[in-house]
Order: sequence, then C-alpha cells, then structure tokens
Amino acid sequence: MSTERYLPLARPVVGVSGKTGTWRIERPVINYSKCIKCGLCWLYCPDNVIEIVEGSAEYVKIDYDYCKGCGICSNVCPTKAISMVPEG
Amino acid sequence: MIKPLTGNYAAAWGARLARVGVVSAYPITPQTTIVEKLAEFIERGEMDARIIRVESEHSALSAAWGAALGGVRAFTATASHGLLYMHEMLWWAAGSRIPLVMAVVTRTIGPPWNIWTDHSDIMGQRDTGWLIMMSEHNQEVLDSIIQMFKISEDPKVFLPGIVGLDGFILSHTTEPVDIPDQDVVDRFLPERRQPYILKPGDPLIMGNIPSDLRDNVKMRWDIHRSQERAKGVIRDVDREWAKLTGRSYGGLVERYRCDNAKYHIIGMGAWVGDMKEAVDILRDMGYGIGLVKVRYVRPFPGEEIAETLASSKGVIVFDRSVSPGSAGPLYLDVLSHAYIHGVRVPIQNVLAGIAGIDVGYDDIIGGVTMFINALEEGRWPLPSKIQWYFGGGEWWP
Ligand code: SF4
Ligand code: SF4
Repeated sequence: MSTERYLPLARPVVGVSGKTGTWRIERPVINYSKCIKCGLCWLYCPDNVIEIVEGSAEYVKIDYDYCKGCGICSNVCPTKAISMVPEG
Repeated sequence: MIKPLTGNYAAAWGARLARVGVVSAYPITPQTTIVEKLAEFIERGEMDARIIRVESEHSALSAAWGAALGGVRAFTATASHGLLYMHEMLWWAAGSRIPLVMAVVTRTIGPPWNIWTDHSDIMGQRDTGWLIMMSEHNQEVLDSIIQMFKISEDPKVFLPGIVGLDGFILSHTTEPVDIPDQDVVDRFLPERRQPYILKPGDPLIMGNIPSDLRDNVKMRWDIHRSQERAKGVIRDVDREWAKLTGRSYGGLVERYRCDNAKYHIIGMGAWVGDMKEAVDILRDMGYGIGLVKVRYVRPFPGEEIAETLASSKGVIVFDRSVSPGSAGPLYLDVLSHAYIHGVRVPIQNVLAGIAGIDVGYDDIIGGVTMFINALEEGRWPLPSKIQWYFGGGEWWP
C-alpha cells in the first residue's frame, strides 16, 4: 500500500485466508471411470479449486487444501461422478 | 451557441461535451429526461457512448462505476428514492477513489409520494465521500458537469462528484444556455486520469477485508484529506473555465452584494436566484444585506463562510431539508465552521421550501426582515433559532 495514497487494493494470491480446506465436513471424491470430461465442475466451483489436467486420465483435479466441501461440483456433475464423503 | 435548454437538457449537454463513454441510468421523475436526451444524442450518432439499461438505481450506479473502474468516463443521473436506493454504492464508488460524475435532480422523499423539489435526497449523501454541489441555474448545470469531471479526475482529488439541480425549478424550466464549442471543452478537460484501472490479465482486488484495520482508517483519512485538497482544485478550475468562457461562479461560494453588508443570507440551489432578488429589494429598502451562495456542500467552504461572517451582525441560513431531532444540515455546517474559525455571530435557521413548497423573494424578505428587526430591537433569539416556514406567510414557532 502506497504511503502517498491509501487505496483499498490488493493482489489476489493463493491461500490469502489460510487453509480453508479445514472448514470442510464433506469431501468431494471423483470416480474417474464415470467422468465424461465435460468441465462443468471446473466451471461451477465457487472457490476456483478445480483444475483441468488436459491429456490426463484424471481429467479434473481438486485442491483439497482450499476446497470447502460445498458440494456444488457433485450437484452439477451430469454423470454423478463426484460423491460427497464425510470427513473422518 | 446559445440555445433554450431545460436544466435536464443542460446536464445532458454537459455529459456529451465531456465526452462521456458510458451512461447507465434508471428512469425516475424528475431526472428521466437527462438520460432520454443522452440516448437521443447516442442514437443520432452525435455522441460516441454506450447506454447500459439496468433494472434499478443500485445497478445503475454499479454499472457506471464498473465502467469507470475499467477506465471509461462514465455518467449517471437520479433523484429522490432512486438516490436513496443507490446510497450503498455511493460509498463503494467514493471508497474506491474512482472518478465518476452523477447528476442529482433533487426531489422530496416519501412518504407521502411527492415529486417536487427539496434537498433531503442530496443532503443525505454528505458523509459518503462524494463531492457535492448545487446549481442555481441551467447554465451553471452545464458548466458544472464539465467542471466536475475535471475536479473528480484530478490526482489531488480522485473522488466521484454530484452536480445537483432542483427538480422542475431547473430540471423542466427552459432558459437560454450558452453551449460551449467542443474544442473549448477539449482544451479544458484533459484525457481521463484515475488511480488504477481494472483490466483482464492484471487481476486486482478492490475492497477486500483489510489485514490491518489502521489501513481502513487511513483510507477514510485520505478521502477527507482529498476533499480538503479539492477546495483548491475547485477554485483553480473555476478560474480556468472563466478564462475560456467568461463565466466564473466563485469556486465553492459566490458572494452577492456582500460589500459593507451588515447582515447575511446563506442559501443553496435554485432559490438563490430569488434570494438575490430579495437582497436587491432589501438593499433598496435600506437593509445592509448580502448573500453567500453555497455552491459546494462537500467539501464545505468553512474558511470562506467564516471569513465573510467575521464582520457580520447576523446570519440567516435557509435550508430546504431538515435533520429531524437536530436542525437544517446547511445551518449545522455553517454553525460548526463559524465556531471552528472563532466567529461568534447570531445565526438563525429557516426551514423552508420543504416538500416543494414554493418560496419566492417576498417570502424570503418576510423571514429576513423578521430576523433583522428582532435583532435590532433586542428581541433575538426569537422563540426558536430554528423556524419553520409553510408558505403563505405561515411561520412556526
Ligand atoms: S466441493 Fe465445492 S469447493 Fe470443493 S471442489 Fe466441489 S465445488 Fe469446489
Ligand atoms: S462435472 Fe463430472 S463429468 Fe464433468 S468434468 Fe467434472 S467430474 Fe467429470
């Protein structure tokens, strides 16, 4: 922040609020045999923690450090490839 | 080029000449014809801008602000309930430090429903951080919109600004207005400047939760400091405009017949025209009276007012809105700044023109003579230092 002018600005960085994955009570688990690589889970994840890995058999990868377990990905998946499993 | 223009068309011309690139607004009486005129300019290809149609005033200001954040000169206009609905976004726009200009066509707030002018809507925005001014006539509306862009985009300021005009008295009344040539405005108004631009590929977060609350206080402090610095910018811009067009409004205040004045009227907005007429008549009647027209409510011209009032024997402040439980907001600012600058003088508050009650020069003369006579006969303070006027000679208390 500049000493000349006080602006309400910040740069986005990964994990600025800490490891939000610890908030999760249910974990989205992907059954890759059912995945048809549509990318909907990637599109809808509100935390932007799903990454598409082109050319991989595991087409979408979830970053569990920051996934809050909201279940939206599981909800939008057209083949029900993502199930929500209670955290142990 | 002199043309007959309503206050609203004068506002539209101001935005057009300032080369506004995005207009976003939602219709509300008595503002609507500003945006209608801008839509017409754009439709005819006379103005290179986009209109964003939205479903509410909250969105209207959000969209105009979004365009401004993206680096475009943006404009919106509203009134009354629409301005109240925008109120949250006024804080966001000022807090983001993004230059932007809005016309506010003042109108009473309900209930009951009422379309006539008073200043409750615009005075309710005083704490947001916006620059706020009121116009006396349609020429001042046009000139002030162009000036406000320059003031708002000055790096010493970088705050959004409101140009106010009284509903119907100015907005729907036609007056001859000099429309400056485009090249005059282009010489006056530099390329748009702003503290930062939000653009794809260069992600910035605006307004995230601060890690240190002191940074939050410093942002508020910086808005206050920039309002203070805006005073000099407003005066410079007024002088520069005068050089190009021959029209000067005095910057933050205009003093009318204040030389050797013993007493002073303070007012703001369209009825200042009636107050000038009242001053002329009162002078002819032998009253040594002058007028201070407040142009800017924010930043408030405390220094100029205190300087003028230092030699005054009595001051009467006309407010067109009230803060129930306290007094008229203009009166409160005058009182505070007189006190801050060590000026001790009887100051009377008249709450008039509220809900659009018509107030003419004769009503003003009635209030002023009542006050001055009470002072000179040793009867002041009157039963109350805050008087209400209901029109037709009816005063409470
Ligand atoms: S559970 Fe929610 S946060 Fe986690 S990956 Fe799915 S959509 Fe994203
Ligand atoms: S929504 Fe389901 S099918 Fe589509 S990419 Fe994600 S896991 Fe695969």
